[in-house]
Amino acid sequence: MSTTTADVHEEHLSQEEVERLAHPKRPLKQRIGVIASYVGMAAIVLYCIIPFYWMVVSSLRIPTEGRSTEFIPSPASLENFQAVFSAQNNFGRSLVNSLIVAGTTTILTLLFGIIGAYALARLRFRGKGAVLWLIMACSMFPLVVLLPPLLKMFSSTEPFTWFPYWINTYQSVIIPGLSFGLPLAVWNLTAFFKQLPVELEQAAMVDGCTPGVAFRKVILPLAAPGVFTTAIIVFIGAWNEFLLALTFLQDASMQTATVAISKFTGTTGFDTPYGTIMAAGVLVTVPLLVAVLIFQRRIVAGLTAGGVK
Amino acid sequence: MATATAEPQSVPTTQGDGHKHKKNALSDGQARLAWILLAPTLIIIAVVAGIPVVMSIREAFFQTNTGVDPNTGLIAGGEVFVGLQNFTNVFAGQNPVQGNFGTMDRFWNAFLNTTFITIVCVILETILGVAMALIMAKAFRGRGIVRAGILVPWAIPTIVSALMWKLIFDSSGVMNRILGREVLWLADSGASFWAIVIADTWKTAAFIGLLTLAGLQTIPAEVYEAAKVDGATTWQQFVRITLPMVKPTLVVAVLFRTLDTLRMFDLPYGMIGPGKYRVETLSIFSYQEATQERYGPAAAYAIVLFIYVLLVAFLFVRILGADVIGDADVPKKKKKKKKGDEDEAGPPATALEMAGGAH
Repeated sequence: MSTTTADVHEEHLSQEEVERLAHPKRPLKQRIGVIASYVGMAAIVLYCIIPFYWMVVSSLRIPTEGRSTEFIPSPASLENFQAVFSAQNNFGRSLVNSLIVAGTTTILTLLFGIIGAYALARLRFRGKGAVLWLIMACSMFPLVVLLPPLLKMFSSTEPFTWFPYWINTYQSVIIPGLSFGLPLAVWNLTAFFKQLPVELEQAAMVDGCTPGVAFRKVILPLAAPGVFTTAIIVFIGAWNEFLLALTFLQDASMQTATVAISKFTGTTGFDTPYGTIMAAGVLVTVPLLVAVLIFQRRIVAGLTAGGVK
Repeated sequence: MATATAEPQSVPTTQGDGHKHKKNALSDGQARLAWILLAPTLIIIAVVAGIPVVMSIREAFFQTNTGVDPNTGLIAGGEVFVGLQNFTNVFAGQNPVQGNFGTMDRFWNAFLNTTFITIVCVILETILGVAMALIMAKAFRGRGIVRAGILVPWAIPTIVSALMWKLIFDSSGVMNRILGREVLWLADSGASFWAIVIADTWKTAAFIGLLTLAGLQTIPAEVYEAAKVDGATTWQQFVRITLPMVKPTLVVAVLFRTLDTLRMFDLPYGMIGPGKYRVETLSIFSYQEATQERYGPAAAYAIVLFIYVLLVAFLFVRILGADVIGDADVPKKKKKKKKGDEDEAGPPATALEMAGGAH
């Protein structure tokens, strides 16, 4: 809110003039406060960005300079990015794998999450509190609890010989991945549905819609920003997932990007190929950062407007 | 806009109670519909989480049979029931390792590592996060840029950030160059512990800041104006107004950070490596046991971690529960007040975003 008003003023007045007009009695103290807040904000941004900057810089060096501590790469080179896609790393394939795993997890999660969340947000029934607690508890438990039985099951060892061999399959990561994706989606979407006034559906039903049609034609379009935001959050979670993929996807052609990066080896096999790893890290992160910037705008829109205009 | 702001006053009284008792198309026969709609979610949760957890608990009482079958002379295979042996073995001291806390059983070493990493990280992250939120709340412009910057560490996959910090903490890396000393951060030393703490704090402090900022923005400016009129100092305003009013948001954020740090896996695994006892967490220990086909002990340690997490969550929720009641009268802009159990769904939503993202 305050940003917009400041922007409006800025068209006519400089920042100092705005400050002077807003607080005519204590201009000096106010100005110090403003400067201090800018310094503080710069410090926060630097704190967050500098390690990431180091990753980007390190990816732009020539491969032999992997551990160089120069703050600007000289000479700069894109060789590391070419090395990422060299045949031995299998990185292109792993990106596709990540996309398949994260995409499927997100779609399944939304599919079931939307209807479940709608019930939790709108309908009255006994046991709602218990369901909410169950979903919350499900998002809390450590993923590592799932590993011993699932590893045994998916590799069809002794008591589970009847179970198909699922190691190195997408479903071995997607299905356990629902255990954190689904609670997350249900929780988020419930919050979004609750923000929409129930009168919207009531009006639709007065106009002759069935509850199902009212949900589809009225609520779903209005909740689109919320659904979109949830999709991005779940997708990022699934994209960044490491433990399940590390355990169940052992074959190089099935690995997801996060596992592939952790297993990069240099040509010699002894020296860690930092340049290549950093380049791969940048490649994996940049799409997420772009998505997060969109998600930023969406969540602000979702929270402030919520389609209630 | 006008309707939206007017609603909070009218909605809770007329709608909340009115529809509960009267005959209404929206509320009649809802229970059945609700359970039908929730069925897929509940079934999936039962299948992907409930059943494996039960199986894991069962597994904790068994061990892979490595003995020789007396009839055939071959390795027997299968599994044998061993009762509580997987749990009691941690007291037997069969597997002593040298860690940060002296020589002790590998389980207790991992347990203490997990506990201390969590305590140190969460305290640092909370302090830094609150400081960041206060700075952002004071800002006039550029808040969007800061918010975008803050999301950078959050969006980076943990394993990528682990490798990034591995390069920074390399013995000939940039951190040692800045410090002007040769600290062996990655060599499974005492410094490794702090390397993990620094990397984890970097990744998540800013996000606590973002959540806290959301809490700060619900505090009406009038409260501060009133305090100023009464002559309260800045510190008094912070302790008496800001902290209590932001507490519900902060407690939830801290709870989820705590649970997330307790199950930490990616960061020590990627940065220092598996089997490094100075930074080995319970998750890593359990994972290693499972991949070496010692399913019984792996399940036992995972269950201990699970109980630990539940215990911490329970303790937090007792505090949190009190806060939800105390929070009931805090004015919130554009937010409908719900009654009873529905209240719980409010604040944790944003915190859960972080919980999932940081896996």
